[in-house]
Amino acid sequence: MATRSWEESGEYLLRELTPQVLATVVRRYRDFAAAEDAVQEAALAAAVQWPRQGFPDNPRAWLTGVALRRMADYVRSETSRRHRETEVARPEESVPLETEDREDDTLTLLFMCCHPALTLSSAIALTLRAIGGLTTAEIASAFLVPEATMAQRISRAKQTVQNSGIPFQLPSADERSQRLRAVLHVLYLIFNEGYTSSAGPELRRSDLSHEAIRLARIVHNLQPDDPEVAGLLALMLLTDARRLARAGPAGELIPLAQQDRSLWDKEQIAEGIALVSAALPKGSVGPYQLQAAIAAVHDEAATDSATDWPQILALYDLLKRMSDNPMVALNHAIAAAMVHGPEKGLKLIEALQSDSRLAEHHRLDAVRAHLLELAGDREAAIRDYRSAAARTASLPERNYLLTRAARLASDGDA
Amino acid sequence: MKYILLMNTMKANCEPLAGWSQKAFQAHCGFMIAIDKELRESGEIVAAEGLSFPDQARLVRADKDGLPITDGIFPEGKEFLAGFWIIDVETKERAYAIAARVSAAPGPDGKPLNMPIEVRQVMSGRPSSGS
Amino acid sequence: MKYILMMSGTKADVEWYATWSKEDLQAHFAFMHAFNKELRDSGVLVATEGLAFPDEAKVVRAGKNGEPITDGVFPESKEFLAGFWIINVDSPEQAYKLAAKVSSAPGRKERGNQPIEVRPIPGGPPPEML
Repeated sequence: MATRSWEESGEYLLRELTPQVLATVVRRYRDFAAAEDAVQEAALAAAVQWPRQGFPDNPRAWLTGVALRRMADYVRSETSRRHRETEVARPEESVPLETEDREDDTLTLLFMCCHPALTLSSAIALTLRAIGGLTTAEIASAFLVPEATMAQRISRAKQTVQNSGIPFQLPSADERSQRLRAVLHVLYLIFNEGYTSSAGPELRRSDLSHEAIRLARIVHNLQPDDPEVAGLLALMLLTDARRLARAGPAGELIPLAQQDRSLWDKEQIAEGIALVSAALPKGSVGPYQLQAAIAAVHDEAATDSATDWPQILALYDLLKRMSDNPMVALNHAIAAAMVHGPEKGLKLIEALQSDSRLAEHHRLDAVRAHLLELAGDREAAIRDYRSAAARTASLPERNYLLTRAARLASDGDA
Repeated sequence: MKYILLMNTMKANCEPLAGWSQKAFQAHCGFMIAIDKELRESGEIVAAEGLSFPDQARLVRADKDGLPITDGIFPEGKEFLAGFWIIDVETKERAYAIAARVSAAPGPDGKPLNMPIEVRQVMSGRPSSGS
Repeated sequence: MKYILMMSGTKADVEWYATWSKEDLQAHFAFMHAFNKELRDSGVLVATEGLAFPDEAKVVRAGKNGEPITDGVFPESKEFLAGFWIINVDSPEQAYKLAAKVSSAPGRKERGNQPIEVRPIPGGPPPEML
C-alpha cells in the first residue's frame, strides 16, 4: 500500500483517536461540553505539531494529556471565576497509559450522543462531531447550512446533554436495546443524508454515507454479537454498493430496475451478504436484518428480471409484522404487485389511504402511480405521478416523476 | 427540512417612510434584526436577505439571439419580494410559527402588521431515501 | 455586486410545465444542471435554490396571540417563486446576461422565453437603520 500523506494518515489517526480521548476526558470531568472543546483543541494542536515533529510514540496518550491539561486549566479558571466547588480530578494526576481496554468508552459516548433527550438533528450533528471527528465546517457543508448555524446546533446539543444529566455510563440492561435502537436510527439517518449525486475530492469528506458505514463498523466491532448492528452495517453496504449506478450524468435518478448492475460494487455486496447471512441464523431477527436481506436479494440478481420477488415479498411480510412504518407497507405493496400482479398491490395501497402519516406524502402517490402504470391505467398513473411530483421536496425525484408521467402521456414506450 | 419564508409586499406599502415615523421604522427593523438573532441562536437560520425597493428591478428575457431584453417597468398592483429567510427546522409547524413571528412585525402605528408570509418548502438535491 | 435572479410562474404555468414532453423536460433539466455548474465553476454563484411546486404553499399570518394562522388559498394570477440564483458579478450587464441565459432554457416553445426578475441585493443595512 502506498504511503499516505500526513493529511490522509494524520487525519485518519486523529479521527480514530478523538472519540476515545473524548471518552476519557468526559469520564474524568463529566462536563461533556467543555470536554468536547478541550479535545478539539488537542486535535488542532496535533494537526499543527505532528507534521513538524513526527508522530509521538503514543499518539493517544499525547492527545489525552493535552486535552486533560486544557480541561484542568478550564476548570481552574471556571472555579475561581464562579467561586464554587466542582468535581475535579487533581491536576497532578498522571496521564493514563491506557493499559485498560477503553473501547467501552466509545460506545458510551455514542449512547450519549444519541440520547433520546436530543432531537434527531442534534444527535446527528453531535455524533458526527464527537464520534466521527468531523469538523463543524465539514458537517455544515454536508447539511448545506452555514458553519455558524451548525456550530450553534452542536453547542446547543452539548448543552442539552450537559443539562439533562445524562450519566457517562453504558445504559442499564433493560434500557440497552432501546438505546441501541436510537443509536442505529441516528446512524441510518446519517447514511441516508449522505447521498451526493456528484463525485469530487472536495465532497469526499462530506460523504456522510461512508462516514455512517465507518461508524456502523465501529459499533459492529464493539458489539460483534449483536445481529441488528450487523444488519444495519449490511444494509448500508448493500445500499451504498449501488451508488455509482443510481444517478445519471446530470444527476438524474435511475431507479433500481434500470440501473447498470456492472457498476455495482461487488466487494461491498459480498461483504453485506456475508454479514446478513451470519446475523440471521442467530435467531433474533430485527428490521435492519430484514431490510438488509431484502437489499441482498436485489443485489444478488444479475439482471432486473432475475430478481427473486417472491423471496422479497416473504421478507416484507415479516418486516411488516414487526414495523408499522407506512413506508414498509408501501414497499410491501410493490413486492406484492411484482408477485401477484398490480391489482393486488393497488388493493393493499387502498388500505393505506386513510393512514394520516401518508395523507400528504408524495410517496403514496408515487407508488400508486407506478402500480397503476403496471396495471395499464395510463390516465390515472399520469395524474398520480404529477401529484407526487407536486408534493416532493426532492428535485431529482420531482424530475423523475414528471418524466415518467411525460413518458406515459406521449403514448410511446421508451 | 428547509423552508423559505417570503415577505411579499406591494409598492404602495413601501414608499420610503410614507406614514412611518422614524421611531416606528426603527422598531420594525429592530424587530427583524431580533428575529435574525433568534434564528442564529437556535441554529435554524440558513440564509436571509433583505431586498431593496424595486425601482432597480429589471425583467430580463432572452431575445431570439439570446441577448438580454430588459424591461424596468414595475406595475403598481404587482406584488414584489421584499425579503426572505431560509430556515432549517424539524417540522412544518415550526416553520409556520417562525413565519407568524415575522408576520407580527410592528407597523407605522407600532402595532403588529400581521403581514402575509408565504411559506414554501425548499427543494433538496438528494433523492428521498429508497434507491 | 450581488444580484438575485428570480424565476416565477402561476399555478397554471406550473401545471403546463408538468405536461411537457419527456424530451422537453429532459432538455430543460440538463440545461439547468449545466447552467448551475457554469455559475459554480466561474465563481459567480453565491446561492441557488429551487422551491417546491406551489400546491403546498401556505400563507401565514400572526393570529391574536401570535399563533400562526395558515391559509392555502391564493388568487389565480399569483406569481409563485419557482427558484432563484444569487450571483456576485462586476456589473448589472453581467447579471442581465446571465438572466438572459437562464431565460433561454429550452422547452417553452410557443410561449417564448421566460422573463427573469433581476434585483440588486443591497450590501448592508439601509442608512435609516444605522
